[in-house]
Amino acid sequence: MESRLIEILGSGCAKCEMLAAHAEEAAKELGLDYAVIKVKDPSAWARYGVMMTPALVVDGQLKLQGRVLSAEKLKELLALA
Amino acid sequence: MTTDWKTGRKPQLIILLALIAAAAWWFVYRSLEPFASWFAFGLLGLSSGSRLGAAVAFFVFEAPKVLMLLGVVVFGVGIVRSFFTPERTRSILAGRRESAGNVLAALLGVVTPFCSCSAVPLFIGFVTTGVPLGVTFSFLISAPMVNEIALVLLFGLFGWKVAALYAGTGLVIAIVAGWIIGRLKLERWVESWVYQSGFGGAAAGAEAPLTWGDRTELGREAVRDIVGKVWPYVLAGIAAGAAIHGYVPQDFMASIMGRGAWWSVPLAVLIGVPMYSNAAGIIPIVQALLEKGAALGTVLAFMMSVIGLSLPETIILRKVLRPPLIATFVGVVAAGILVVGYVFNLVL
Repeated sequence: MESRLIEILGSGCAKCEMLAAHAEEAAKELGLDYAVIKVKDPSAWARYGVMMTPALVVDGQLKLQGRVLSAEKLKELLALA
Repeated sequence: MTTDWKTGRKPQLIILLALIAAAAWWFVYRSLEPFASWFAFGLLGLSSGSRLGAAVAFFVFEAPKVLMLLGVVVFGVGIVRSFFTPERTRSILAGRRESAGNVLAALLGVVTPFCSCSAVPLFIGFVTTGVPLGVTFSFLISAPMVNEIALVLLFGLFGWKVAALYAGTGLVIAIVAGWIIGRLKLERWVESWVYQSGFGGAAAGAEAPLTWGDRTELGREAVRDIVGKVWPYVLAGIAAGAAIHGYVPQDFMASIMGRGAWWSVPLAVLIGVPMYSNAAGIIPIVQALLEKGAALGTVLAFMMSVIGLSLPETIILRKVLRPPLIATFVGVVAAGILVVGYVFNLVL
């Protein structure tokens, strides 16, 4: 089973929670071995060059910022990592 | 990141569909007023002179009109904003001199996607990569204050002059307040860890260029997101407006918020600053106040202080700013709003 480290960058706002839930759903459907971490420290966001939250980082790579995508669309981003 | 959901369609077909949709939109939009009269006075049989008739006709005309305008403008703004990522805005502003930088930042604040929940990462991204503090503030002031929802609602309910006045004065406040904050040299009141954090700007720039399909998708996302969220406020506001339109006596507000009452402008700002509401929630109140005799400057000042300055936003910014800088920021912007309020009450 492929593994992914999924980081959700955000302050814990409603959109961040939604992105986390969608990412988890997508990872489950892809049958990945995954872990979801919520990163709430702004200086960590800066290291990824993120200026809009929520943002999605997969295995250390920034995939998405300032948007919430459906689980279906997130699958593409998780599969490509 | 490539997400080509729409590349299956030919561009000619998309343009044709867009033209048909635009024509249909225009036709429906133009039919709203006759439809509302027919609905209230024909179908329901209300008398055209009655209070209830006036209120019903008002609601049946204004509600779909404002929602249609909102939908189109939010869609358009969503597409425009796909060209102005915060990343691009940051690189345009980095290393700018003040003055010209303040003007540019205020203008970019209008078109760059922004949500006050992202104020902190945006602030860090700007100041750590060479955007001057005052220029950053010009952006942070104009972005929430001059927003598309406020402009659409002002345009839809009061016409383009009020909308233009609002946008123009909002920009001037953002430019001048940012410039003043820059002159005051307040960098020492930014939390020290902010300047030490390394900003990995390269990662964000690595995204693949967007196709037109992606941009339309972003526009639709904006409509779902924004219109989906604000429509109950719009309807509630217009309903309240309709009731006031039909029932509250004329000039009811004139003595309290009219031009003669000099203290009404500071009072409006004082009440407005701690209040937090999105533009959709506040504009119906604005409309009610104006219609019943409140002065335009007072009402604009109230609206600007509600949308442009808010308690939740200052609490969010506390993560990166020390209290004296927050106080200066709120004070300078509030002073600007106060001046705008007085000037309009004097001139108009």
